[in-house]
Parts: sequence; structure tokens; C-alpha cells
Amino acid sequence: MTDRNAQLIACHECDLLQRDIPLNPGCYASCRRCGAVLYRNATDSVDRTLAYTLAACMVFLGANLFPIFAIEVQGDRSAITLFGAVLSLWDQGMRSVSALVLITAIIVPALELASLTYLLLPLKLGKVPPKYPLFMRTLQCIEPWGMVEVLMLGVLVSLVKLTNNFRVIPGMALWSFAVLTLLLAAAATAFNARDVWARLDAKRQDLESR
Amino acid sequence: MNSADSPIAAGRGLCSCHVCQLVSRSTGTSRAQYCPRCGARLHLRRPGSVQRCWALVIASYILYIPANTLVMMETGSLISYRKDTIVSGVVHLWRTGSWMIAVIVFVASVAIPLLKLFSLTLLLISVQRKSTWNPQQRTRLYRLVEAVGRWSMLDIYVVTLLAALVQLGSLAVVKAGPAAIAFGAVVVLTMLATMEFDPRLIWDPLQKEDFHD
Repeated sequence: MTDRNAQLIACHECDLLQRDIPLNPGCYASCRRCGAVLYRNATDSVDRTLAYTLAACMVFLGANLFPIFAIEVQGDRSAITLFGAVLSLWDQGMRSVSALVLITAIIVPALELASLTYLLLPLKLGKVPPKYPLFMRTLQCIEPWGMVEVLMLGVLVSLVKLTNNFRVIPGMALWSFAVLTLLLAAAATAFNARDVWARLDAKRQDLESR
Repeated sequence: MNSADSPIAAGRGLCSCHVCQLVSRSTGTSRAQYCPRCGARLHLRRPGSVQRCWALVIASYILYIPANTLVMMETGSLISYRKDTIVSGVVHLWRTGSWMIAVIVFVASVAIPLLKLFSLTLLLISVQRKSTWNPQQRTRLYRLVEAVGRWSMLDIYVVTLLAALVQLGSLAVVKAGPAAIAFGAVVVLTMLATMEFDPRLIWDPLQKEDFHD
């Protein structure tokens, strides 16, 4: 039953039924009624996403371990890391805001990177990661809550505000966040959920039939 | 375009999974159905989409008031002490010559939340009235709301970073105000409302049949 419907796709924005056609690499199919992007055929999707993800994992560590920036006033220097900022806000009694920043800027990006690695690394090595539907669902569900690019803009705005009054020393994590923003955007563009589902299903059926 | 040349999945008894997009046959009974591939619960339409979206939008409107009237950030130094709401913060930035930053903060903290709330209200009313007016433009509006929503978190990050960094005793202190909590809640609630809204409802009035669930 599912096989017969496999070549059908329903637009997620207007529910129009359409036939799935093979695409050239780098192209995307859009709904003929509402114009929503139905699916894409990203070039070397798995390889590229995996490469960007692994690079992003390393940069993510740098972005969280090193201070973002420091200010210097009369010889006094004060520096913060992102987690330090979250803790400081927690201690100041703004617990809900602190938790919101922790989730959107640290936990969700970390989960995203971990899930992508967990799914794509075995796939690249020709294996099927156990419980993969759970991880694909997690990935789809947390995706809107990862806000590294917004944080990056926030860092820049704070930087400008601070330079009005203090001498500001940019830290390692400032550059790491800039690179991380680019890498996450690249990984998101290269990732093709439809392709990963298809490959994982094919591989699992292959292993089961053996 | 009439319904004859625009087959709707729900009209054919087919249901598309919201997680993996696999199209499978809907049994049409009231029993819960799960996607054969990923195990997500299947629905022809998001259940209670309009009601939940309304609830979240109304809650956001209410919280939008303290978010704008209470103090967002307190800045104290040896020579000055000021309490800023979101809007007075933008005005202060503009007056002190940081026009670029003033515009960015204005767009992220004032324009985007209002745009989201008004757009969702418009979409909800049009869907409830089963309007067939320009569904393409309304879908576009929904896509815009979905895409820009996250950027209103900007001010929350700025306040967090400044309040954590500028703690220099009597020299200079920045404190986050209670408006940060209300504003953070507005951002989260409007994002949830956007996710709760099912854009397929915009297109359903073009069809003769009625789809529930």
C-alpha cells in the first residue's frame, strides 16, 4: 500500500497531491499551486552535511569554551563565556530568560549537531543507526528553536553598545560563533531529510532481506 | 482552479506525515493512526489548530503589554543612571548616533512581534470565515511569519550578554528588567502559535468537502 503511494507527495502547506519526479542535482521542486518547496536534490547531500556537521562540532566547542568578549575599565578586566552569561543571569534572578537562552543557544544546537552526526556517520559507513526514526523526528522538532544566527547578531549589537563606553577585547568565541553560524547554515542547506529517509529505509530493507 | 484539477490528499483519503512526508492511506475511523515509516501520529489536519493558535495569540497580545511598558534594561554608571523600555532603548540608540543598531533592534523587537501578531490574527480570522480570498498571498504571509519569527530573540540575547558582562560594582552595572521575561514569553508563544497554525486550512475552503481531525 505504501509502495503504490511512494511516488506521490502532498504539499505540506496546501495539501495538493503531486507526483514525485526525479530532479537534477541542485534543483528543487515547488508546489504548482502554492509555490512551497516540496523537496530538493542537494548535491552529495550526505557527504557535505556530514562534513559541515563535524566541522561545526569542533567550532561549537570553541564557541562555548572560550570567552566571547571582555571589557576593560581602569585596568579591571571582565570576560564572559556564553555559559557564564547564562549562569550570571540565573543568579540575578532572571531564571526563565536564562533557561530560554540556555536552550536556544546551547542545548538545541548541541542536540542538532549530535543527532546529525549520529544519523549520517553510520549511513556514510554503510550501517543503519538504531532507532533512527526517533532521531529524525527530534531533528525536525527542535529545528526552529536553534538560534545561533540570532545570537551572533545579538553579540554584534552588544559589541557596538559596549564600545560606546568601554574598551572591548574580542575573544576566541566571537570568531567561533561567526564560523559556526556559517557552518550551521551550510549544513542546513546541504541536508536533505527526504533523501536520508529514503536511504535509511532502503538500507534497512536491504539488511532485513539478507 | 477548481477542485477537479487540484486533487487534495485529504480528499482522496490520503494523509501526509508531518515528520517524514510519507503519504499513506487514512483509515477514516476515529482510531489513532501512526505513520508506517516514522511512527508519528497521523492527522489529516492538525487537531484543534485554530483554537490553540487563537489561545497562544491572545496570550501573546496580553504579554505584549508588560513587555513594552516595563523596564527591559537598567544601566547605571558613575555619571548616569537610566531605565529603558524596549522603545526608549531604541530611541536612545538613535539619539546617540547608533542608527544602524537602532534600526536592527527596532525591526527585531518592535516590528517583527507586531507583524507576527497581526498576521496570525488576520490568518485566523480568514480561516474561520472560510475565506477564499487570495490563498497564495496568505500562504506567503504565513511563510514570512515562520521565517522571521526567531529574530525577535535578539533583544533577549543582548540583555543577557550585557547584564552578565557589565558587573563592575560602582563603576558600571547593567541589569535585566522584568520586561525581558514578558518579552521572552511573547517570542516563545508567537513561535508556538505559528507552529500550531496549519497552512492547509487556508486552502481547504476551495474544496467542497470538509476535513476534520
